[in-house]
Amino acid sequence: MRPIAHSPHAHAVSSVGRIMATVMLALLPATLFGFWLYGWPAVYLWAVSLLAAVAGEALMLKLQQRPVKPAILDGSGVLTAWLLALSLPPWAPWWIAVAGSLFAVLIGKQVFGGLGQNVFNPAMAARVMLLISFPLEMTTWVAPMAQLPGALDSLAVTFGGQHLDAVSSASLLGHVKTEFSRGLDLQQALAGHFAPLQALWGQRSGSLGETAALLILAGGLILIARRIITWHAPVAMLAGVALPALLMNLLAPEHYAGPVVHLLSGGVMLGAFFIITDPVTSPNTATGQLVFGLGCGLLTYVIRTWGAYPEGVAFAVMLMNAATPLIDRYIKPRIYGRTRKGDTLVPEAAKRDAT
Amino acid sequence: MIAAIASLTALGVSFGLILGLAARHFKVEGNPLVAELEALLPGSQCGQCGYPGCTGAAQALADGAAPVTLCPPGGRAVVVALAARLGVEADLSGVADAVPSIAEVREELCIGCTRCYKVCPTDAILGAAKHVHAVFKEACTACGSCVEVCPTEAILLRPVPPTLQSWGWRKPGSVPQPVVLGEEMLAA
Amino acid sequence: MKLFRLRGGIHPEGRKTSSADAAIRALPLSPYLFVPLQQHVGAPAKPVVQVGDTVLAGQLIGAGQGNVSAPVHAPTSGRVVAIGDHPSPHPSGLSAATVTIEPDHEARWVDADLPADPFGLAPDEISERVGAAGIVGLGGATFPSSVKLKLSRRSGVDTLIINGGECEPYLTCDDRIMRERAADIVTGIRLIQFAVGARRALVGIEDNKPEALAAMRQAAAGNDVEIRMVPAMYPMGWDKQMIQVLLGREVPAEGRSADIGVLVHNVATAWAVQQTICLGRPLVSRIVTVSGGAVAAPANLEVPIGTPVQALFDACGGFHGAPARLVLGGPMMGHQLSHTSVPVVKGSSGVLALTQAEIGLTRPAPCIRCSTCVRACPVGLLPLEMAARIRSDDLAGAEAIGLKDCIACGSCSYVCPSSIPLVHYFNYAKGELMSQARSRLKQEATRKLAEERTARMQRIAREREEAAEARKAAKAAREAAAQAAAKTEVAA
Repeated sequence: MRPIAHSPHAHAVSSVGRIMATVMLALLPATLFGFWLYGWPAVYLWAVSLLAAVAGEALMLKLQQRPVKPAILDGSGVLTAWLLALSLPPWAPWWIAVAGSLFAVLIGKQVFGGLGQNVFNPAMAARVMLLISFPLEMTTWVAPMAQLPGALDSLAVTFGGQHLDAVSSASLLGHVKTEFSRGLDLQQALAGHFAPLQALWGQRSGSLGETAALLILAGGLILIARRIITWHAPVAMLAGVALPALLMNLLAPEHYAGPVVHLLSGGVMLGAFFIITDPVTSPNTATGQLVFGLGCGLLTYVIRTWGAYPEGVAFAVMLMNAATPLIDRYIKPRIYGRTRKGDTLVPEAAKRDAT
Repeated sequence: MIAAIASLTALGVSFGLILGLAARHFKVEGNPLVAELEALLPGSQCGQCGYPGCTGAAQALADGAAPVTLCPPGGRAVVVALAARLGVEADLSGVADAVPSIAEVREELCIGCTRCYKVCPTDAILGAAKHVHAVFKEACTACGSCVEVCPTEAILLRPVPPTLQSWGWRKPGSVPQPVVLGEEMLAA
Repeated sequence: MKLFRLRGGIHPEGRKTSSADAAIRALPLSPYLFVPLQQHVGAPAKPVVQVGDTVLAGQLIGAGQGNVSAPVHAPTSGRVVAIGDHPSPHPSGLSAATVTIEPDHEARWVDADLPADPFGLAPDEISERVGAAGIVGLGGATFPSSVKLKLSRRSGVDTLIINGGECEPYLTCDDRIMRERAADIVTGIRLIQFAVGARRALVGIEDNKPEALAAMRQAAAGNDVEIRMVPAMYPMGWDKQMIQVLLGREVPAEGRSADIGVLVHNVATAWAVQQTICLGRPLVSRIVTVSGGAVAAPANLEVPIGTPVQALFDACGGFHGAPARLVLGGPMMGHQLSHTSVPVVKGSSGVLALTQAEIGLTRPAPCIRCSTCVRACPVGLLPLEMAARIRSDDLAGAEAIGLKDCIACGSCSYVCPSSIPLVHYFNYAKGELMSQARSRLKQEATRKLAEERTARMQRIAREREEAAEARKAAKAAREAAAQAAAKTEVAA
């Protein structure tokens, strides 16, 4: 008995593992830069995140008696943990990474049924959980290129819970928010804290891999060139942040930071190219992705400007994730030979050559 | 305090009145679902489901006493239709293997007793007394009534062999689909 | 010359180089030719010869039946040795009615009634002759050509499009026929144009066939047949895609191209039309590409219809290494061959012997909703969503989002990084819906029968009761009469 194979009898060279590997490769420049900027503690944090995700996922699958190997080898869990690590404060203690990674792959993904089934971006879900549960650890930043400890001393930072008062520094968005609450205006708040060129290159305090705007942009362009993502969602998100920022800045420059500040701070760049382009939790169609990206950008701006938290990317992404099924329901491609509503086209109208 | 009790009581009484009136006014005679379900069933009253005819089966379905997969002659089409009407999940895995069959009279055993002819609910058996009977396959529902009454075991239910028109792809991920081609064909 | 934007589509590896430069050569006759009676869409032909008959090449052996059908002719002269079941070129491997001919190697042709000037024929006469020659769409659709010609003439088609897309990987039969027989093709195109009264004729050829483009341009020079270069992409050979890229017109769903004033034919069909009208040859052979990584010497062969595919592989030096899969047609829409005794039919454009590496299929993984399939679909469907619904047995749900508009081109399955057999899901669902519809029809018919029977049984029972009543009444009347008689007697 020979089984019959259905057509097609040729397939493109691609696989889920290959896609994940390419994304990781595109993340590599920004990650290495983060290591250089923040030293060994950042390396440890990153490694702990990845290990925790793989171990947690393997254990979960084993308990569920589902095949472990293919799910680990597809690299989706590693990528999730990687993205989460890039969004953490680089000198955060090890247990932050472990808790976040486990939350991401177990609650964020496996509980929904594994790869492809989750509603929310697992890395962002974990980041939001950490931000709400451990606000102090999640907002303790380190100044870039500070006096970096050696490999051994760094163990004490990541695993020993050593305090870093000596080098702690506020992120730009957090700083601005604090200064506003002290009654200062934007110019005073930004003075000495924001230099566009430095921010572009990434020399500012912030999360492990969110600061090097140029390197993230380069990684994103690689993904677009390799056709792993399309330009729609990233461009829409950047526009969604930049346009309201520009408008508000023109209306009241002493209160609202301009588009450059917004684009080059926090997790906007990483979010636009690596987070909201997660295929599982974003819409299917190009138009849908434009709406999705724009929503992510606008919500980010709104949360940053008028919300309680200084940074809003994670919240914005999760809110738009929840809206994805709705977007997919209402934005569908038009079927050939039919109107948008699904009725057949009228032949008379189609008879004339379209010119 | 008293005003609150009074107003809530008044609300309760008035809503109760409205509900009572509605119940009397929009009362439904009998359960229309049974008739609808019966219309979806084959109507050959063969009794293979274990209920007295299709009306009995429809009643059982409406009461939730029988699964939507109860009707063997109906096949998957009936399962899907019943599930859609009742708003339940159609579990096709059980019926997936039930290939459509029809009755077949083995001529060498048939004595022309006409018993099968009399019990066939769809008049699918042709023939007269003392003549070999034949099955009109378009009308046969494979209900099996004739098999039970045949005194010489001359009738069996046979799966209908696939034709180029009826052959179809199996669901991916289920059992691998074999080539139908017979080995004797390969030898030729 | 403006080209119009297309939606979706993919760029599969062409893999045409191994056979593109092999000139067409005639395949010698096999010991037996197995000519199926159904090689077209529509009703099967009815055999008009008997076992033992001697037939001439081009002689009618199966007559078309009904409105949509096509006749079948003897590919060569010889003897009919069998009429019966033979494995058919169908994925199931099921057998179908086939006329088996033993060639006598004399190649004696039937007498043809040739017109002095083909363009002096009445347009309808051309359609008639095309129909009588058993010509069907040679691009693979195998729809009877004369039916299309008549329909197009009736509905007033203004543009004839000749499809030289040949977008399937490996296949080079149309490429070769355009390079080698361009003049005949152009004559065929002009005949079709004349038969339907189309204002203009356009030939669309993909830009990956520069030689074919040059040959066709040269042949068409001085005629009003326009050759246009179109981008190479899959599925350019889908007639609606070709119409879109050349004219920007869209055929309404469930409609035909004639509805928007366009008729589309394949280049090989145009050649077959020329052969029939100018030389009196019915469709008894076709060009077949033999290719694939496991074929020793890929080639383009002119093959008599009914030749077993084994003979084609033998003529190409057999296999080097065991082929992982034999395919009839192109790799995108062709189907796996169950056996090499299956004959070449009118719609067979290629036979492929593929290696595992060429197939390139990995184990199916979960869908990551990457929507590559949505971007690839030329129809604008949501393959991932349809497959998810079909997997959970929601066939009606899949139908509601366009399952019936799917053309099964396989673009989605080709690009899927998770190797999900998307088209397989869709074809399964289409077949299942069709079989459910069939059983619903049957059920309605049997229900009517059952109701009639119940009514009859009730009537018989009622009649019996009435008869019993009548008898009782009669008996009572008789008794009453007898009593009355007795009374009168007593009284008397």
